[in-house]
Amino acid sequence: MNPQLSRRRFIKAVIASSAAAASGTGFHSALAQDKPRGAVERLISLNVNGATRRVDVAPQEMLAHTLRYKLGLTGTKIGCNRGECGACTVQIDGITNYSCSTLTHSVRTRAVKTVEGVQAADGTLHPVQQAFIDELSPQCGFCTPGQVMSAVALLEENPKPTREEVRHAMSGNLCRCGAYDHYLNGIMRASGQES
Amino acid sequence: MSDYRLVGKDFTPPDVIGKVTGKAKYAEDFRVDGMVYARMLTSPMAHGKVTNIDTSAAEAMDGVIGILTADDVPEVEAPNAAILTNSPAYIGDPILAVAALDEKTAEDAIAAIKIDIEPLPFVTDPLDSLLTGGPNAREEGNVYARSSEGSGFRTIKWTKEQIDEFRAGKEPSGEFAAEWSYGDLDKGFADAKVVFEESFVTTGYAHMSMEPRTAMAYWQNGTCYVHASAQSQSFWMPGLARMLGVETKDVVLISENTGGGFGSKIGAYPIAVLPGYFSKKIGRPVQLRVTREQEYYMGSARVGFQGWLRMGFDEKGKATATDVFIIEDIGSNATGGDASSAGGAISMVYDPDAMRFRGLPVMTNTTPRGAQRGPGQNQIAAVMAPIMDKAAKALELDPLEVRKLNAANNETTVNANQKPVTSAYLKEALDMGAEMFDWTNRRNQTKRNGSKVRGLGIGQGYHSAGAKGFDGLIRITPDGKLHVHTGVGNLGTYSYASTSRAAAEILKVEWDNCEIHNGNSEKNLPWNSYQAGSVSTFAHTRTNYVAAMDALRKMKAIAADTMGGEAEDYDIDGQRVFRTDNPALAMSYGAIAARSIQLGGEYSGQTYPEDINEITARSVQNIAGTGLVGVAKDNLPQEGVIPGLACAFVEIELDLETGKYDVLDYVGIAECGTVLFPKGLAQQMKGGAVWGMGMAGLERHVYDPQNGLPANVSYHQCGIPSYLDVPSVTRTGAVDIADPQNPFGARGIGEPAMGCAVAALTSAISDALDGHIFGRTPVSSDMIVNHVAGREQSFLPLQTNNF
Repeated sequence: MNPQLSRRRFIKAVIASSAAAASGTGFHSALAQDKPRGAVERLISLNVNGATRRVDVAPQEMLAHTLRYKLGLTGTKIGCNRGECGACTVQIDGITNYSCSTLTHSVRTRAVKTVEGVQAADGTLHPVQQAFIDELSPQCGFCTPGQVMSAVALLEENPKPTREEVRHAMSGNLCRCGAYDHYLNGIMRASGQES
Repeated sequence: MSDYRLVGKDFTPPDVIGKVTGKAKYAEDFRVDGMVYARMLTSPMAHGKVTNIDTSAAEAMDGVIGILTADDVPEVEAPNAAILTNSPAYIGDPILAVAALDEKTAEDAIAAIKIDIEPLPFVTDPLDSLLTGGPNAREEGNVYARSSEGSGFRTIKWTKEQIDEFRAGKEPSGEFAAEWSYGDLDKGFADAKVVFEESFVTTGYAHMSMEPRTAMAYWQNGTCYVHASAQSQSFWMPGLARMLGVETKDVVLISENTGGGFGSKIGAYPIAVLPGYFSKKIGRPVQLRVTREQEYYMGSARVGFQGWLRMGFDEKGKATATDVFIIEDIGSNATGGDASSAGGAISMVYDPDAMRFRGLPVMTNTTPRGAQRGPGQNQIAAVMAPIMDKAAKALELDPLEVRKLNAANNETTVNANQKPVTSAYLKEALDMGAEMFDWTNRRNQTKRNGSKVRGLGIGQGYHSAGAKGFDGLIRITPDGKLHVHTGVGNLGTYSYASTSRAAAEILKVEWDNCEIHNGNSEKNLPWNSYQAGSVSTFAHTRTNYVAAMDALRKMKAIAADTMGGEAEDYDIDGQRVFRTDNPALAMSYGAIAARSIQLGGEYSGQTYPEDINEITARSVQNIAGTGLVGVAKDNLPQEGVIPGLACAFVEIELDLETGKYDVLDYVGIAECGTVLFPKGLAQQMKGGAVWGMGMAGLERHVYDPQNGLPANVSYHQCGIPSYLDVPSVTRTGAVDIADPQNPFGARGIGEPAMGCAVAALTSAISDALDGHIFGRTPVSSDMIVNHVAGREQSFLPLQTNNF
């Protein structure tokens, strides 16, 4: 994986949503400011997990909110809602992003993949998911969807990472249970390497 | 005990799959028709009285459904945390909630509410409150002592001289509120060759579970359905019902998955019942959304310590006496017990011949506190480790040998009443860890390389790790399946599943032929323990054992009734009950279950033991007639303290120029009896290590003493360890010697797994700095740099909750 690429993309997303990220307390803090109504088309199409979904999106709505509360994709978790913990990590055009800090309107022309879209069409688990099961990587599991998404993206860019590379690539995903060692084991296993 | 089929073997807990696919549902993932969204208005003041609330503008807004204030919910007696309050005692104390059709409207409505609060004096450091003339965190007083003889407010003040002496490291001479002792303290110190005095601070810090404690509730036909983030399942029920003002039978708790708890969700907490009251008031389902910042405020925090300790050792390194005095920062809600538990941990882990504990719990206008992973035991573990090293150095002994000499063993007696232990093998754990870590050779390595210096540390952790007297409930259905009903919570330790295997072990049922029923009180769950205090492994291998034994007795009786002979003529294997003198004469478990339904009575749960809890009894009534029911209360013998023990060895590399250190190697050894689930045990030991590393160097409450404002309400500000703060590999092992008071020999481990880690770190930091003892957690980089440069620290001695 090219960490610079994802970091740059992430920073851009954060800048775009700085008003919301800075307030940091609520899902709709930014919306509390009066915005000219009708300035942005609200009923939009989103490409999520390969399907086109029509959804009503408020002008400054964050992607995590749209996914969870409008599209019913509750696998994406909101741990902090301020771009710190990574529980809301999704892929946008193959790049990991914190969906709590990504404006939904900014992904209208892009492909969004959530944890619900990682399994094969026939239901086969992604190697990362299977390895996380085999290594008993999750504890409470609240951060796990984000860990899955970061790990999947990493292995797409760097199929045989070193454990140290994995550790750095995953460092945007917090785990309060401290299951880092087991997640690292899982990712090394998914890459077909000894942990 | 290698002849176990399931115990000691790895397996895949059923909930892991949902966790990796995103299908696992947490409280905030549920929706019901007509649900509205509630948000809270929390106190902007550290201490005050609400004098007026003007909600007119909010009520006039489109989409606002209702407002809930302290007047709508039962009053909670101070200092206990209230559901909603007009007397906020910390910044973030919930004052009211607004429900609206969407969250944006709820937030807008909150912004439109005008609220007047009359400020009251506040305090963020216990020593500032103790000082004569200092502010009290509550109008009723500054001290709240909880005890079985009675709890109550007191006002205790020390003179400036007494505070100054304490800060200077002298034995405190001020008034205290609790005391216990054993042995002859004077003789203990007279017997000592060396005596050390150290003062210490362990700053409290937030639990910061990943899942904010969002909750949702609605009423149907007089029953309140609650979706909440709960550490325990059945254990929540009585408290949840009491707080909602209904009977236990009229509450349903759904808590399939919980995003971490660490002690902050053991029993029902006030905010979990807010949606129930709100739903009742407005007649609609209500989901209360809790933000990360609010989770910091309400999500509980570790109790802080400011203390002094005197400890004596004889020439061999045996601890002869310990005298410890602890002032507890018990926050705004005056949680209780950490300090005395710390004293108990000293009596267990270091086993001094004589000991005295004195404690003084002081309230501050900081977040409510509660049990946090090893409450008390882990703070004192961090304090004690460098003192053990100091003793070893003074006596020219190996610090490992000093620990082994004092290590908890089968003869150790614990606490004020000097109770015996069920079993304890801490010396064996130390031996195992020393070998894995190569302790002896590493001690001879070069320590210094330029500005980098290596430090080695040993830590020991302890928490009592078992409970008794709860119920087991299992069922075999006519399809031959074993159903284990468990009321153990699911916060990520997998003990709900690993303890369920105890029943399958006894009944020799294949694991893939078992189904676990958990996570929803409508699933007919038994009365089970709190999923905390490292108790569930011990407590619920026992409950599932007694339920399985009850089922086994019934199965043999049915076989004898059907096929002739006596019950003792029968045995089980291959999910069949067979006659031992003619194995061809057999009934499958499915046939036995079908027969039990025909027979009725105790066989299929129409009758049940009188001594089971009402929660279990209702569950049995619900499943009666569906199969063969095994149900029993755990009346197995149990005496003495059930210890969970652990030790850790660590090597760090500390940079004297930056004050930063890296953990180069970590070995943690569990002493928790028989290993029940190896992978789960490794998870607990490794996760505990991460927690210990966070406490040792990163995590603390920071409050602005001038305004009472918390400075770190988010993950990174709180210092939650990330992938890059901990080593990428941690090594673990287990002593694996059976405890005689558990049918499988198993005890718990969750809390000692952390205590040993924080202690190993404070020991290693001290070692790297030539034996310097900071007497403080966390040890921050700037503290190390200041020490190396010979500068004063930036805070007063014994100051807490500071930058």
